[in-house]
Amino acid sequence: MSNPKTTQKIAFFFLFLATLLIIVPVGLIIIIIIRKGLPAINWEFLMDIPREGMRQGGIFPAIIGTLYLVLGAIIFALPLGLMSAIYLSEYARDNFLTRIIKLAIVNLAGVPSVVYGLFGLALFVVFFKFGASILSGSLTLGIMILPIIITASREALETVPYHFREVSYSLGASKWQTIRYLILPNALAGILTGTILGLGRAAGETAPILFTVAAFYLPQLPKSIFDQVMALPYHLYVISTQVPNVTEKMRYGTALVLLILVLFMNLVAIIIRYKFRKKKKW
Amino acid sequence: MVKFEIKNLNIWFGGIHALKNITLQIQANEILTIIGPANSGKTSFLRMLNRLNELQTNFRMQGVVEFNKEDIMKMDKEKLRQQVGMVFALPSPLPLSVFDNIAYGLRLQGIRKMAKLREKVELALKRAYLWDEVKDRLEISAFNLSGGQQQRLCLARTLAVEPEVILFDEPCSGLDPISTAKVEETMLKLKENYTLVLVTNNVKQAARIGDRTAFFLSGELIEIDNTEKIFTAPSDRRTDDYIRGKFG
Repeated sequence: MSNPKTTQKIAFFFLFLATLLIIVPVGLIIIIIIRKGLPAINWEFLMDIPREGMRQGGIFPAIIGTLYLVLGAIIFALPLGLMSAIYLSEYARDNFLTRIIKLAIVNLAGVPSVVYGLFGLALFVVFFKFGASILSGSLTLGIMILPIIITASREALETVPYHFREVSYSLGASKWQTIRYLILPNALAGILTGTILGLGRAAGETAPILFTVAAFYLPQLPKSIFDQVMALPYHLYVISTQVPNVTEKMRYGTALVLLILVLFMNLVAIIIRYKFRKKKKW
Repeated sequence: MVKFEIKNLNIWFGGIHALKNITLQIQANEILTIIGPANSGKTSFLRMLNRLNELQTNFRMQGVVEFNKEDIMKMDKEKLRQQVGMVFALPSPLPLSVFDNIAYGLRLQGIRKMAKLREKVELALKRAYLWDEVKDRLEISAFNLSGGQQQRLCLARTLAVEPEVILFDEPCSGLDPISTAKVEETMLKLKENYTLVLVTNNVKQAARIGDRTAFFLSGELIEIDNTEKIFTAPSDRRTDDYIRGKFG
């Protein structure tokens, strides 16, 4: 017969082990990339253009390209996502249309990223004739991170207690004044956190930029939003699989820069959330 | 002078008939207290006077509510709420500093100049008898005040908007006896300049400070009269039973 105490211990052991195992892949990824990539990191690598068919030189255009794309995605997705989140959480009544909209947002989040790439190619590159450009790539990434921004913003808006709204109305505030002066300031931290997490996602994706913006090899900086750019994730793909004889150091160095960029964004999001939680009193 | 004239008011929340055929008047510069057991419609009545009920989507009404002889449903609701302020049951400071809480309503009206705001905030805090306790720490979060102070802060915030009528929805339900006494004392002083409507679960509080008292039961107005009369010789048996604590 089994002893309940023994089975409890066994259950605890396996549950704990499963949880502990999560650390392993995260730790290994970080350790391996740092060990193999760190020797590549120097001023020249970060600030120079790629040379000798990307076997020498640096990754500066790819860093700049990724920053432009992320910036473009946020300029497009934040206002649109925030406005629709405000509409959905503050104005929309629960009816057929709003349920359709909410369903669409959930589905948007579930679309595979390569499909976004194809969609961006069809709509922005071909139909709107933006060509393969920063504009097309940013818009495609923006659409991809819209559901993240909308969902995070809605949650942030809805955590502002209902009672605050009543107080505001009772003092003669209109609905918009209440949103503008009371709800938005209190939801801002949550909105920012969601946005930054979305940006981290946008910075690391390859598929959506593959057909819409990313240049295989373009050792110069873009001059307008209609230019192509190199981007870190795609550059990493290229030097890892498409170009022979690239040193391991360079490949892992590129991966490390991308990783640091994304982890840095997540860290900023965590700090904002932490500061806000400390301040929050209700 | 009549501040509020309510005629044949019926309201529903979905299928629930919350107020049934209420007709009464509220006089200027009186304290009207409203008593009654839970679910008697007291709070729904109060929230009718500043049109907060309609925030609920399933709200319907019939009848007329006039404020200064004007139908409130035809008034601009933001304007009405500036003239008819409200203090809620639980202290409800906004997540702002003491100063910004009071200035909130003023800023909504477009007052931006710091000097003007300071002057009005000070006046409102003095009227709510809170100034001496907070004058040196106007910039701290309102959540750091005690419960009684928070409730007087909410009163000051309402007063800052310069309403004519102030609605109190069980303002002392979360307060200790000393804070309650302070709030009651404040209300009595406010009577000179404002009309007060007080919903309370505390029958003794109604007896202490009400000029007139209305007794609500199951959405009906059973009786309204001078407070003294209600508490000594009510004309309805049910009123008598309630104030003696036989039910509710």
